[in-house]
Amino acid sequence: MTTFISFIIKEARHILRDRRTLLILIGMPIVMMFLFGFAITTEVRNVRIVLVSSSIDKTTQKIANRLDASTYFNITAMTRNTDEAKTMLEGNKAEMAIVFSPDFASHIYDGEARVQIIADCADPNMAIQQSNYASQIILSELTSAGASNGSALIKLMYNPRMESAYNFVPGVMGMILMIICAMMTSISIVREKERGTMEILLVSPVRPILIIIAKMIPYLVLGIVDLIFILTISYFVLHVPIAGSLLSLSAVSILFIIVALSLGLLISVLTETQVAAMLASGMMLLMPSILMSGMIYPIESMPVVLQFIAHLVPASWFISACRKIMIMGVSITMVWKEVCVMTIMAILLLTISLKKFKKRLE
Amino acid sequence: MILRYLIEKEFKQIRRNAFLPKMIIMFPIVIMLVIPWITNLEIKNISLLVVDNDRTTTSQRLVHEMEASNYFIFKGMSSSYDEAVKEMEKGNADIIAVIPQHYSRDLVNARPAHILIASNSVNGTKGSMGAAYLSNIVVPSTGKLPISVLNLFNTYQDYKVFMIPALMAILLILFCGFMPALNIVGEKEVGTIEQINVTPVGKFSFIMAKIIPYWVIGLVVMTICFILSWAVYGITSAGPLAVIYLLAIIMALIMSSLGLIISNYSSTMQQAMLVMWFCMVCFILLSGLFTPVRSMPDWAQYLTEINPMHYFIDAMRIVFIRGGSLFEIMPQFIALMSFSAVMGTWAVVSYKKNN
Repeated sequence: MTTFISFIIKEARHILRDRRTLLILIGMPIVMMFLFGFAITTEVRNVRIVLVSSSIDKTTQKIANRLDASTYFNITAMTRNTDEAKTMLEGNKAEMAIVFSPDFASHIYDGEARVQIIADCADPNMAIQQSNYASQIILSELTSAGASNGSALIKLMYNPRMESAYNFVPGVMGMILMIICAMMTSISIVREKERGTMEILLVSPVRPILIIIAKMIPYLVLGIVDLIFILTISYFVLHVPIAGSLLSLSAVSILFIIVALSLGLLISVLTETQVAAMLASGMMLLMPSILMSGMIYPIESMPVVLQFIAHLVPASWFISACRKIMIMGVSITMVWKEVCVMTIMAILLLTISLKKFKKRLE
Repeated sequence: MILRYLIEKEFKQIRRNAFLPKMIIMFPIVIMLVIPWITNLEIKNISLLVVDNDRTTTSQRLVHEMEASNYFIFKGMSSSYDEAVKEMEKGNADIIAVIPQHYSRDLVNARPAHILIASNSVNGTKGSMGAAYLSNIVVPSTGKLPISVLNLFNTYQDYKVFMIPALMAILLILFCGFMPALNIVGEKEVGTIEQINVTPVGKFSFIMAKIIPYWVIGLVVMTICFILSWAVYGITSAGPLAVIYLLAIIMALIMSSLGLIISNYSSTMQQAMLVMWFCMVCFILLSGLFTPVRSMPDWAQYLTEINPMHYFIDAMRIVFIRGGSLFEIMPQFIALMSFSAVMGTWAVVSYKKNN
C-alpha cells in the first residue's frame, strides 16, 4: 500500500512540477467559462440598421426612434436608395436595412405604405431572429395594439431570460473533463513508454495494474478540482442556478470522469508515441465531444447516421444528464438512461483496455 | 541557397512520416464531408405535447392544425399539464401547448382566451424559436402584413453557406497552427535541434524554412475545401478566389508564426500542444465564427480587435458569401498584414541558437 501511495505521489509531482501545463489545466477552465458565459451569446444585440427612405416623415421618424431605442438595434446610417444600403450590407458595415415606401405617412391607411426588411442572411439563424424582432417593433408601431381574440401565453421554462450560459455550462464541463481526464492520462502513460521509463516502472514490486491506477488518480483529483472551479464560477459569476441536487450532479460527473479516464487508458494502450496519442485523443475524443455532443449543435438536428454516432460519444450522455439535473432540476431517477449508458461504457472500456494492457516487455 | 535545402529537408520529413501526408489529405475531406451536416443551428425536430382541457370541436381543430404542421413532431396528447412536464423532464417533449378549459366559449364571447405554450428553453434559441412558431399556428393571423422580408446573400437560408467559409478557416488555422507548434519542440525533444544550432544556418532562413512548407500545406488544404464545397454542396465563392487565396496566405503566415513562437518557448510537446489549443479556442470563440461579435459585451468586443482570426473570418465572409472584392476588405487586409509582420518578426527573434 505504501508503495502504491508513493506512486501516486510521484505522479502528482510530475504534474505539479510542470508549471506551465498545470497553469493551463487550471486556467483553461476559468477562461473558457468566462468566454462561453459572457462572450458567446446568440442574443440579438446592437444590430446595425440602415434606414432607406426617400422622405423622412412623422411615422418613419417614430418607427426609427422606436428601433433605435431598443437594445436590439442601432440605426447607424440613412440613405436614399436601396443600392447604397446593399453596398453597406455587402461590406459588413450594417446587418440590416429597412426600406420604407415613398410618402409613407400619407399612405398609411390605404394599404400602400410598405416596409421591406433586407436581412443579411449570411448567418441564417441570426437573420431570422433579427427580422422577427424588427418586424414586431414596426408592427406594434403601425397597428394600434388591438387585442385580438385568442392569443398565446409563452412560458420559457427553465431559462426564462434565455441565457446562453445555461446551455453552455454543461457542455464546457464535458469538454474540460474530457481534455484533462482522457487526453492528459493517455499522454502521460504513453510518454513513459516513449521515454523508456515504463520498463523501470514495470520491474518495480508494484503490480502493473496498480501503476496504471496510480497514474489515473492525480488526474481524477485534477478533474474534480476543475469541476469545483467550473461550478463555482457558473454559480457565482454567471448566475447559472444548480436547480437539482448537488449530490446527484457530482455523482454523474464522477461517473463521467471514470468513463473519460478509461478512454484515456484505452488510447494509451493502443498507441506507442506521444504524437499519436495526442492526435488520437484530439481527433477521436475532443472533436466529437465538442461538435457531436450537443454542446453547441443540437443532436436532433443532425442527419440520422450522425445522430447514431453522436450517441456513441460519452460526452453527449453526460451533457444531457447534466442539463437535466443542473438546469431543469429533475431528480436522479429521471436520468437513469444516461447513467446506465455511461456505466456500461465505463465497464466496457475498462475491461477492453485492461485486457489489452501488456504487462510484459517485448 | 541554404534555404532551399532546409525546405527540402522539411518536405522530406513530412513526406516520410507515415501519418502526416495521409492526414493532410484525409482530414480536410472528412471534415468537409461530415461537419457541415453537424454544425447546423437550424431548429428542427421539436417534439410537441398537447394538453386539451377544453375538448370541443374548436380545440380539436386546433390540435389537428398543430398535428399537421411538419415543423413539429407531434408526440400525442397528455391528460394534464403536470404529466406533460414530467415527459419534458424525461426528455420526451420539447414544447407543451395547453388549451385552457372553456377556450371555445371564451372565444365566442370575445373574452380573452389564452393558450399556454411552455417550451424547454435550456437552449434559449431553440426554446424561443419553437414557441414563436407554435404561437403562429395557434393564433390566427390578423390580415395581411405590410412588412416583407428580403434575404440577401443566402437566399435559401442555408446554414452550410454560413459554415463552409468558417470551416475552411478552422482547417487552415488547425494545420498551420498545430503542425509548426509541434515541429521545433519535436526537434528539441528528439535532440536534432542541437545539430541545427551548430550549423551556419541563420535564424531567418531557419524560421522561413519552417514556415514555407506550411504555406504550401495551407494552400493545398484550401484547394481541397474549394473543390469539395463545389462538388458536394454546390457552394462556390461569390467573390474572386484570388482574394481568398491571398487572405489564406497571410493567415497561414500568422498562424504558423504563432505555432513557431509557442514551439520556441515550450520545452515539451505536451506544453506546446496545450498552449496552442488554448490559443486556438480563444481565437475561434472570439472571432465571431459561431456567434456574432456585436452581441458580445464591450470587453469581449475589444478583445476581438486583437484577434487576427476575427479579421480573417470577417474578410472571408465578405468575399465568399457576400461577393466583396479586395477594396471592400481593405481594413481587414491591412490589419492582417500588420499582424503577420509582428508575428513573423517575433518568431524569428524568439528562436535562440544558444541556450
